[in-house]
Amino acid sequence: MSKLFPKSANRLPLQLGLFLLVLGSLAAAGINYYATNKYANVGYAPVQPVPYSHALHAGQLAIDCRYCHSNVEKSGFANLPTAQTCMNCHSQVKTDSPLLAVVRKSYETGEAVPWVQIHMVPDYVYFNHSVHVTRGISCVECHGRIDQMDVVAQAKPLSMSFCLDCHRAPEEHLRDTKDAAQAVTKLGWQHPGGATAQTAQGLLLKQNLNIMPPQSCSGCHR
Amino acid sequence: MRYLYLSTLLLAVLTVSVLGFRGTPSTRPPIELFPDMDHQAHLKPQAESAFFPDRRADRPIPAGTVSRDDLRDDDHLYLGKNADGTWARTFPAAVKLDAALLARGQDRFTIYCQPCHGALGDGNGITKQYGMTTTPTYFDEKRTKLTAGEIFNVISNGSQKTPEGRQNMLSYADKLTAPDRWAVVAYVRALQRANAGTVADVPADKRKELGL
Repeated sequence: MSKLFPKSANRLPLQLGLFLLVLGSLAAAGINYYATNKYANVGYAPVQPVPYSHALHAGQLAIDCRYCHSNVEKSGFANLPTAQTCMNCHSQVKTDSPLLAVVRKSYETGEAVPWVQIHMVPDYVYFNHSVHVTRGISCVECHGRIDQMDVVAQAKPLSMSFCLDCHRAPEEHLRDTKDAAQAVTKLGWQHPGGATAQTAQGLLLKQNLNIMPPQSCSGCHR
Repeated sequence: MRYLYLSTLLLAVLTVSVLGFRGTPSTRPPIELFPDMDHQAHLKPQAESAFFPDRRADRPIPAGTVSRDDLRDDDHLYLGKNADGTWARTFPAAVKLDAALLARGQDRFTIYCQPCHGALGDGNGITKQYGMTTTPTYFDEKRTKLTAGEIFNVISNGSQKTPEGRQNMLSYADKLTAPDRWAVVAYVRALQRANAGTVADVPADKRKELGL
């Protein structure tokens, strides 16, 4: 009687096991890389109705973020500017530009400019802009270097772990709001003393201002 | 066995080439793997709503409504006018003229006024290089003689109409509350005073720092 299985078949279970291990690791690596906000959300840069350049306005002209997003210190929602805000300058600058036709129409008729929202958190997440910026968390922490973006793209994942990383160690990010040089809207500012000086300043601010970022569920899921 | 590994490698390469890398700019909306309750049926600020005819979730305030704590019964504070309707020359009683007010004024001025009027108030802000040529200086005779109430009124309602019927400066009432506008008025006054300053105004011990 001839042999049903060749001798090499003895190694088959081991080889199959090894292969499954490789396949499993690859699948886990793929999910880890692709199935989070770092892949799904970062880089989202929708086409806007007006090709407004933050690099020009906030970067080159150095107009403060709050010139347009004027309620960010008072409101939980960082508002988009009214058409009148654009017209403050564009009633005299580039008055005939076809790119601004939507804004002019909005200013005349009161119809909204259909801007596309980029930075989104799920509806079950409570986020308040004013409490962050008035305590010295810069815009750059969540939005990146907007002042260098011609087209705004989401720079940070804005995932739960992203929020918690900062809520657990706010001292690495806190700025002194009394010091105009490190105003929250100065996106390029970094502590001249480096990370250690930043942490020292942050710890002091945290203590003095009694900053206790919530880490409990109901802090954000209310 | 070799074919199994090769096809797995092919699959991995295929996945990466289709899905790409993290952070690549994309105009497509983010993929939501688990969209449970991500989008709930409530009105969001500045968002759209199919319920209202104008499709705005933000509703305009009905005419004649006064928000709580926002009864504007103080003409001096809210209009810059005296009881007899003339422009006020002084600051309203509700605004305390102190260093904190000036600091607030400087802060607000830097955000909202400096792009056109310049850090000094000489009308040479950054926007002048881009075509905003009508911005005046604060230091000419006409503007140094303005009353505080008139300056307040310009910030609140924009500049006087030109003969062609347009305003070179529009209202900033939506960006600056009435007390903030008074803080800016105070800072504008400080800029005017600084411009009119002479060496005699600098304390003797500080002159050396300025090289005087």
